[in-house]
Amino acid sequence: MALIIDWLVQGFQMLLVLALCPLLIGFVRKVKARLLRRRGASVLQPYRDLRRLLLKEVVLAESASWLFRVVPYLVFSAVWVAAALVPTFASGLAFNWTADLIAIVALLGSARFFLALAGLDVGASFGGIGSSREMMIASLAEPAMLMMVFTLSLLAGTTQLSSVAQYLLTDGVGLRVSLLLAMLALFIVAIAENGRIPVDNPATHLELTMVHEAMVLEYSGRHLALIELAAALKLTLYLSLLACVFTPWGMAEAQAGWSAYLLGLLAYLAKLAVGGFLLAVFETGIAKMRVFRVDEFLGAALMLGLLGILLLFVSRSL
Amino acid sequence: MPLYWFLGPLAGLLGVGCYALVGSRRPRSDAIVYGISFLCSVLALGASLTHLLTAPAASTLTLPLGLPWSGVHLRVDALSAFFLVIVNLGGAVTSWYGLGHGRHEQAPERVLPFFPAFLAAMNLVLLADDAFTFLLTWEFMSLMSWALVMAHHRQAGNAHAGYVYLLMAGMGTMALLLAFGVLAGADGGYHFADMRAGLLSQQAAALVLVLTLVGAGSKAGLFPLHVWLPLAHPAAPSHVSALMSGVMTKVAVYGFMRIVFDLLGEPAWWWGAVVLALGAVTAVLGVLYALMQHDLKRLLAYHTVENIGIIFIGLGLALAFQANYLNDGAALALSAALFHVFNHSLFKSLLFLGSGSVLSATGERDMERLGGLIHRMPWTALAFLIGSAAISALPPLNGFVSEWLTFQAILISPELPQWLLKFLVPAVGAALALSAALAGACFVKAFGITFLGRPRTPAAAQAEETDTRSLTALFVLAALCVLAGILPGLVIDALAPVVASLNGAVRLAAQASQPWLTLVPLAEAKNSYNGMLVLLFIVFSGFLSALLIHRLASRDARRGSAWDCGFPDDNPAGQYTAGSFAQPIRRMFGSVVFQARERVDMPAPGDLRPARMTVSLRDPAWDYGYLPLIQVVNTVAGRLNHLQFLTVRRYLTLVFSALILLLLGLAIWR
Repeated sequence: MALIIDWLVQGFQMLLVLALCPLLIGFVRKVKARLLRRRGASVLQPYRDLRRLLLKEVVLAESASWLFRVVPYLVFSAVWVAAALVPTFASGLAFNWTADLIAIVALLGSARFFLALAGLDVGASFGGIGSSREMMIASLAEPAMLMMVFTLSLLAGTTQLSSVAQYLLTDGVGLRVSLLLAMLALFIVAIAENGRIPVDNPATHLELTMVHEAMVLEYSGRHLALIELAAALKLTLYLSLLACVFTPWGMAEAQAGWSAYLLGLLAYLAKLAVGGFLLAVFETGIAKMRVFRVDEFLGAALMLGLLGILLLFVSRSL
Repeated sequence: MPLYWFLGPLAGLLGVGCYALVGSRRPRSDAIVYGISFLCSVLALGASLTHLLTAPAASTLTLPLGLPWSGVHLRVDALSAFFLVIVNLGGAVTSWYGLGHGRHEQAPERVLPFFPAFLAAMNLVLLADDAFTFLLTWEFMSLMSWALVMAHHRQAGNAHAGYVYLLMAGMGTMALLLAFGVLAGADGGYHFADMRAGLLSQQAAALVLVLTLVGAGSKAGLFPLHVWLPLAHPAAPSHVSALMSGVMTKVAVYGFMRIVFDLLGEPAWWWGAVVLALGAVTAVLGVLYALMQHDLKRLLAYHTVENIGIIFIGLGLALAFQANYLNDGAALALSAALFHVFNHSLFKSLLFLGSGSVLSATGERDMERLGGLIHRMPWTALAFLIGSAAISALPPLNGFVSEWLTFQAILISPELPQWLLKFLVPAVGAALALSAALAGACFVKAFGITFLGRPRTPAAAQAEETDTRSLTALFVLAALCVLAGILPGLVIDALAPVVASLNGAVRLAAQASQPWLTLVPLAEAKNSYNGMLVLLFIVFSGFLSALLIHRLASRDARRGSAWDCGFPDDNPAGQYTAGSFAQPIRRMFGSVVFQARERVDMPAPGDLRPARMTVSLRDPAWDYGYLPLIQVVNTVAGRLNHLQFLTVRRYLTLVFSALILLLLGLAIWR
């Protein structure tokens, strides 16, 4: 029975992140629009966009290879698997032992690797510019993310995300300098990896802001829908990760019972809403930076992460 | 497995090498040489695998050859059996590849005699059990590979590559010779058993460590001794490049492990710090060098430098743990290093063989003149893609597993008490993470520019898929990359006797008994990873989404011209190139490390000549290491030059005073 419940929770979690992620995007867009004193589209607009894209035919460039057609599915499933392994409303997921935090980071890396390859596949200049910049950003963001992972696992004694969440939830960790540094690092990485302002602008197709949008410029129809969905999943994943690690309150423990699960779900929705709201406020309040300033921004994240680990190597109580 | 099982294949390899000396001009001689090399490698592979998996006691043999008072001692134990597996697996696959690829060889008489001899030499290094045999076979290995590097000696740059390689190899062997001299001590016990039993003072042991780092490190490609490697590896024929990069560097790692972990006795903690620092610098600089290259084979060779750095990070951690008697941690770090040795031999051989297929199909190594090969060579492209993903440490392939293990070893290192290590290890962890991320960028560039996009030259547009034998070799390696990635527990169990033999009988817990074949290196931390399930989940959700979308939404596709924001450019020169892909990273890291400078020569308005951009890079290893050294040597040689033109009287005076000085020195020292 316990096993069945665990599997059910895991399955529900997989569907939950998939179902929620367009809503999160719509919510962030709505808040941004309201902050700019526009009315904005409905929060359900991303769902309509996805449906429209899914029903359209795909137009492939003549120089596109089989890789171009496979990559959307690969990227989507890698990100989905990664998102399914981040605890949202309940810790102790049934398959949490399959991949730990390092593996989740690397799964996102796989998705990025193949998307960057797809950007080069057609042989148009915009795809290349996007791939090249995406890999530049990743070359600093991924180590910074790993530094954050190290900080957490040095504190909790494990790299298993569910165990980390359990530890932070129950053991009264309190305020730690290293955790604060790790949170800042993760926040910066989340901004960069999801292509938000100030690193990239998800709302424009202007050449100078083009990273993610340029990379996927040649995609259309269902392929584009999958890639947009994967991007939304990735944003949800990062917000869930921030919520699960730094604000674990309300999350249900393993086999806690239905009421705890419901409470956890409500808490998770509230955390996502707050996270999305803060993201929109941050994005509205800051200007896009030049591409070659991004390395300083991300270098700061790397250094903060490294500092966090150094503190933990020196003393376990910092 | 008794040792004489290896003697047959070795005799076969040496014999067919001798045959090729006289018969390489005959028709079908390449089939004979590569066929027999393949058979011998498979036999030796079977023998070494059996030895590794059944883990019997070490088997020894003394041949009445060599020095009259000692003979040639051979021995196979767990450590040498593991490296024998790597050498002979690489040997078998490259020989099979050679069966197809060898037809393209312009000068077979310069390749065929040396190829089997090179394989035999690497086997012999691993079997040697006394310093004399080890050094002799090591030098034989260097010379045979040098001959193969010089196979195409008329091509520009190859003669220089061979010259640099010969110098570095000679210096490395000299350092190893001195290391063995110190190990043998005044009594001169050159048998490895005598060295193992002997006790060294701390200073002497430190000296041996440094000499071994120079000797084995120069062969493996540790920074700053790597300079010969990106010159020599690409110069050789591609299947030999695969052997040199994928396998010979591992023989060098074996030399380091044999001396430092086996013969030298108990390590001091700072040994770990030195090896860790060297490994981290090598890893980061290696991948940065690789990112700056446009030559596909040279990029791969530089990337070997990075992977050697990762291996040495694992070895350094193991030394640090062992010095503090934390043998569980050492077992984890050693397993990580050995696993990466195995992985790198797989994917680097795969990538070099793939680049060989590209080279023979197009005649080009320069990525700026390739592109679009995925359409013309789909199978080579698929194998190369698997290799690229594996080397970029992407789950669920094998490169990720060894990096994951190395990260796990770093995460338990706060237990190390020394302060220097407490500061060094996190920095090493950051360097490792950085090099892993940069490796991803590097292989997006390598695969993306070479195989994707549109062909940049007619040669690339008219490439033909390579032959089936070469493809088989590529796909055997690709399949092994996938298998080692999804069943890492089996590899770790096979490595366990090696780890135990170097680590005071402490090894990782048996992995094969874990449920679902999950990898759980340390039971108490409960860190686990299951590549098979990750692969299953990805395949399942990918197929599920594809099925649902094709059934419920749309499945129409139409071909049209590229969108490219409305202005598609028909000229393939408008695509992103290798140089432009690496430009952001060159600006970020290269401006510091390589003093990268971009100079734009923009013609004045009305002037019709094209604008030009030139990029200049400086190599710190040459600028600050070798060029000053060469200058010093030249200056000293110039000063001493006049000694050649003295009169007989003066020479006699010199000889006489040297004699007196030596006698005086002896008298004072006594």
